[in-house]
Amino acid sequence: MNLSRSRTTLDRRIAPQPGEVIDRSTPVEFTWNGRAYSGFRGDTIVSALAAAGVRMYSRSMKYHRPRGLLSATLHDPGCMVQVDGDPNVRGAHRLIEEGMKVSSQNTWPSLEVDVRGVNQLAGRFLGPGFYYKTFIKPQRLWPVYETVLRQFVHGGRLSRTPGPEAYDKRHAHADVLVAGGGPAGLAAALAAAERGARVMLVEEGHQLGGHLRWSDPETAAGLVRRVAQAETIQVLTNATVAARYDDNWCAVVQRHPEPGVAERLLKTRARSLIVAPGLLERPYVFDGNDTPGVMLSTAARSLVNLYGVAPGERAVVFSANPDGDAAAEDLERAGVEVVRFVDARAGQDIVRVRGRKTVESVELADGTRLEADLLVTATGWTAPTSLLNMSGDVPVYEPRAARFLPGGQAGQGVFATGGIAGDGSTDLLIAHGHATGAAAAVHALGTRRQHALAVPATSGRVDATVPADASVPAIPDLAVEEHPELFRSSTHGMVDFSEDVSSKDLYSAVAEGYDSAELAKRFTTVTMGPTQGKHELMNAIAVIADATGKTIAQTGTTTWRPMYAPVTLGALAGPSQDPVRYSEIHSWHEANGAVPLVAGQWIRPEHYGDPEQEVRAVREAVGIIDVSPIGKLDLRGPDVPKLLETVYTNKWSKLEVGRVRYGAMCREDGVVFDDGVTARLGEDHYLMSTTSSGAASVWEWLETWLQTERPEWRVHVTPVTTAYTSINVAGPQARRLVSRLVEGIDLSAEAFGYMRVRTGRVAGVDDCILWRIGFTGELSYELHVPASYGLHVWEALLEAGQDLGVTPFGVEAQRVLRLEKGHLIIGQDTDGLTQAYSAGLDWAIKLDKPDFAGKPELAWQREHGGGTRLVALQPVDPDIVPAEASQVLRPDGRIGGRITSSRHSPTLGRSVCLGQLEPSLAAAGSVVDVRLPDGRTVQAAVMDRLAHLDPDGTRLENDSVPDEPQAHPTPLARGPLSVTGPTEELRGWQVAGQHRPAELSLTDYTPLVKVGVRAEPTGAVATTLQAPFGRVHRGENTLVIGSGPGEWLVLAEPCSGTRVLADLGRLADDAEEQVSVVDLTHGRAMFRLTGREVTDLLASVCALDLSDDLVPDGSTLRTTVAGVVTDLVRLDEGGRPSYLLHCERSSGIYLSETLLDTGRDRGLTDAGAPAAGYVIS
Amino acid sequence: MMQLSCPWCGPRNVNEFHHDGPLHHRPDPTATTVEEWRHYLYIRENPHGVVEERWYHAAGCRKFLVVTRDTRTNTVIPAEGESR
Ligand SMILES: [Zn+2]
Repeated sequence: MNLSRSRTTLDRRIAPQPGEVIDRSTPVEFTWNGRAYSGFRGDTIVSALAAAGVRMYSRSMKYHRPRGLLSATLHDPGCMVQVDGDPNVRGAHRLIEEGMKVSSQNTWPSLEVDVRGVNQLAGRFLGPGFYYKTFIKPQRLWPVYETVLRQFVHGGRLSRTPGPEAYDKRHAHADVLVAGGGPAGLAAALAAAERGARVMLVEEGHQLGGHLRWSDPETAAGLVRRVAQAETIQVLTNATVAARYDDNWCAVVQRHPEPGVAERLLKTRARSLIVAPGLLERPYVFDGNDTPGVMLSTAARSLVNLYGVAPGERAVVFSANPDGDAAAEDLERAGVEVVRFVDARAGQDIVRVRGRKTVESVELADGTRLEADLLVTATGWTAPTSLLNMSGDVPVYEPRAARFLPGGQAGQGVFATGGIAGDGSTDLLIAHGHATGAAAAVHALGTRRQHALAVPATSGRVDATVPADASVPAIPDLAVEEHPELFRSSTHGMVDFSEDVSSKDLYSAVAEGYDSAELAKRFTTVTMGPTQGKHELMNAIAVIADATGKTIAQTGTTTWRPMYAPVTLGALAGPSQDPVRYSEIHSWHEANGAVPLVAGQWIRPEHYGDPEQEVRAVREAVGIIDVSPIGKLDLRGPDVPKLLETVYTNKWSKLEVGRVRYGAMCREDGVVFDDGVTARLGEDHYLMSTTSSGAASVWEWLETWLQTERPEWRVHVTPVTTAYTSINVAGPQARRLVSRLVEGIDLSAEAFGYMRVRTGRVAGVDDCILWRIGFTGELSYELHVPASYGLHVWEALLEAGQDLGVTPFGVEAQRVLRLEKGHLIIGQDTDGLTQAYSAGLDWAIKLDKPDFAGKPELAWQREHGGGTRLVALQPVDPDIVPAEASQVLRPDGRIGGRITSSRHSPTLGRSVCLGQLEPSLAAAGSVVDVRLPDGRTVQAAVMDRLAHLDPDGTRLENDSVPDEPQAHPTPLARGPLSVTGPTEELRGWQVAGQHRPAELSLTDYTPLVKVGVRAEPTGAVATTLQAPFGRVHRGENTLVIGSGPGEWLVLAEPCSGTRVLADLGRLADDAEEQVSVVDLTHGRAMFRLTGREVTDLLASVCALDLSDDLVPDGSTLRTTVAGVVTDLVRLDEGGRPSYLLHCERSSGIYLSETLLDTGRDRGLTDAGAPAAGYVIS
Repeated sequence: MMQLSCPWCGPRNVNEFHHDGPLHHRPDPTATTVEEWRHYLYIRENPHGVVEERWYHAAGCRKFLVVTRDTRTNTVIPAEGESR
């Protein structure tokens, strides 16, 4: 202890109390506005200050009035303080810690002397609605108003450096979620647990027990002990059920759940929700009711009983109920002199408190003036029905009890108990809670059984008979005790303590015409402050009712909305989980100075330093670009041509094997939404490419046709985007370069013409697909290489092409190249309203086809015109590059179009553009006005073709002679996950060289052979594979995962692919149904998480309930993990829970690293290679 | 967040699904008037009440499913004899 500090403070600490929560043997030192103070462990900031005689903790928002303790709860509006770097800390709730620096906020220059206190004298200026009436005109003064208004903001100072504490967010699942740990909530939790339910009990305070903590600590302790012993009750104190959304999706906020964590948001799915928050005491409205020293009876009782602090010396008690009477007794026991007990039930009333920084005297209705430093009021209760309202209930005002009661419309799975439901003795409240808990458990367990019956992994294993103990117990009625309707005295006082709204302000608002609760609320901001109505709602409604001459029931309440209690932005944000995707060549790009570009989720090289030089290299020699993000869909089945005819606007049925064709897709409204080329690889086998961002939506679009409109078509679609690394080799020397690495394919111009496809071996890698296409306008080959060899082929190309001047180029150079060539980019040169004839695609629209998606709308567009035209433009001044989205003006000055793409063309030495123009401006040869963002207007000429360069395509007629194949390094397969530590070679794979055992481990399983199979969900193939959807079958050498309805993934040990594919191929050949077998070995990232805490770890990143009974060993499911669609296969290992995770390959690094990050606190270790080798069974 | 019960996968959070609008079937464009086609393309009833809709379980089984939902409460009404 610091003995040298000056101690001029009072000591209001009284003798130990039976229910006190402080530990008097452990003093805690802290500072308040720079001065040293001491309290005990368990003290709140305010209880420790109150023990030292400090009564004023802040100044109010608008008038800067001194404020003290009101309710001694989390919501106490007068106790917002700054703690170290954190503003707006709830001082009546936050526990003191050694060395804590606490200061008052909203004061200047100090709490005691505050110059803005004069605001009180300028009442007219700050009348109701002043925000809306003042500071409006003139607009040029808005920056000044901002500075002025900032001074009024009720808040502390944000630290500009990140705090030391982390924020956390995770998922949780409860059979029964109990909001409130008072007697009824405790009894409900116990009863639910007795019935076998998993219970989460959430209490706002630091201790369970609710009001029993001061009224009957012994009974509280008994209940709390039983709850602590119940294994299936998880207790969260200092936590709040802040919101309830559809299907009991609840936001549970835990403050300081563990050291180093400021706040945690538990996104909790509860099968039953029990609302048991008790009642909040409400203040009384009279002149001076916000003076420090005026407090609620519950605040006085918690100070005395929980913290052993006398709230004052001479008290007046104003009581309308037994709790107020008990407060008077508590005060006397604490040595406080009760100078007058004012009984509201006998018609007595208080009208005024005098005193500025503390209560000096209390004036009664009969004119008596009493010297006192404390006024305790007990004038009734507010029912915090928030969670019930959010559940659809409409609480009903009961005038006899002067409060709202549940309306009984909350719907299934939502229950209310305790004081919010009615009044009664402790025994009655406990009995009500107990019966409610049992009923909630019956509902929850019934729902849980339904869940297990609906999940494929467990449906056959759940006993479908209704359990015997499912009888719902009768819930006894709680009586409602009479209470006077007591809201305001004959004087005016503060209604909303957070927003400084007085009863007078509310009368003025009504007089100005804001005569409904919702209007008056918005005009005066009553109930809109940090306490969100908890203290002031009833008084506000009562005053508005009085002012409008209506009843409280007629007036109704304002809406309770989420969040019930404040949640920090940190907890809402949680740890970042934004998926990113990488190609196999990413490490090379990074090492070679690529400037990264975020395109959707992909991280791509924008350029390697000089995009113009990259363009020249492609035009003059040869360049290579990593185009792996291009979407790729493997299409199989006899009806693929029908599907292509339907989704593309052009014709497909005559596409021969070995050919590639460009196609554009429209939605039914004729708007172009994707384009790409599709190759016919075999009789019934096609590979479709899509734009990088369109892969998922094109796949879904194909499934829409196949599942809903044309279910009779036999087509299987498998996404293989990242099964291949895609490299485009472009430039006059492209043939010579590619031919040096290719075996078994004749690359000569005659043998492998434009828009042809070949498959073969590249740089020693089998099963590569080569397309001869020309997005850049140059001779080019697009190589699709099994992704594990992507980096190998990339490096082999750079090595083999050194003498040809091979240059890697990025997305920026590609954009310039295609713009020079006049090739459009969907979404760049079109928008969400651009129909195909407006995209320059006339040549690709075949209205003579019987039908295709968008045809009726396109036929209409062709017949009736309409829409803009895509044209090429060249600014008259070749040095001006109009910014993209620059407006094109009509002669009358109105907007007639826009520039969609623009660049300086290094090849042509001038600026080139594409644009969308009204037809009247689009005639070739016309000159249009283009308005630049800086306001200048420049001229641009409309060209007659889209291509600025080589419109006749002569560059594609390159007939260079192929070179002889050259030597290249032996291919080595690499997985997508980063390998830490030494590596070794295992059957052609580079893998981790060692296993690092750990309690909780992540092991890389990428090298396993993975084969996707599609067939009928319940056909002959399904029977042979033996793994129904949702289950795993452990075969002799394979593991068969029933990953979807009619979809399987077959795993086998590394490099057994040929055998497995042959076996499955025979199965497909023999089957009468449509079966497809696709090698996905290189298309998936696969790793395994093993350890006792694995389910707990996954709850941070996965919303599903992964309890053992719903996801037993041997089950499989697909869901979202950390934002990535992932298959989770439960495969326990040596009795320890274990999950095999697999996802699209390009997401593997992100997913594994996010998991390692999330699991670091639990000791999750990158274990390297599997302990027992790459065998799964 | 509401849940949808996928007939294949069981109850899942709605953000695993894509909404595909009220249940509709594409009319034969050769046998419809322009008005009928426009109605199919653009007109949605958007009832304050029960609606039959199609959803796609994008983050799960990748199957389309039909859901009967009351838009007033988000209650999902189970289909008669709904099963796999
Ligand atoms: Zn599903």
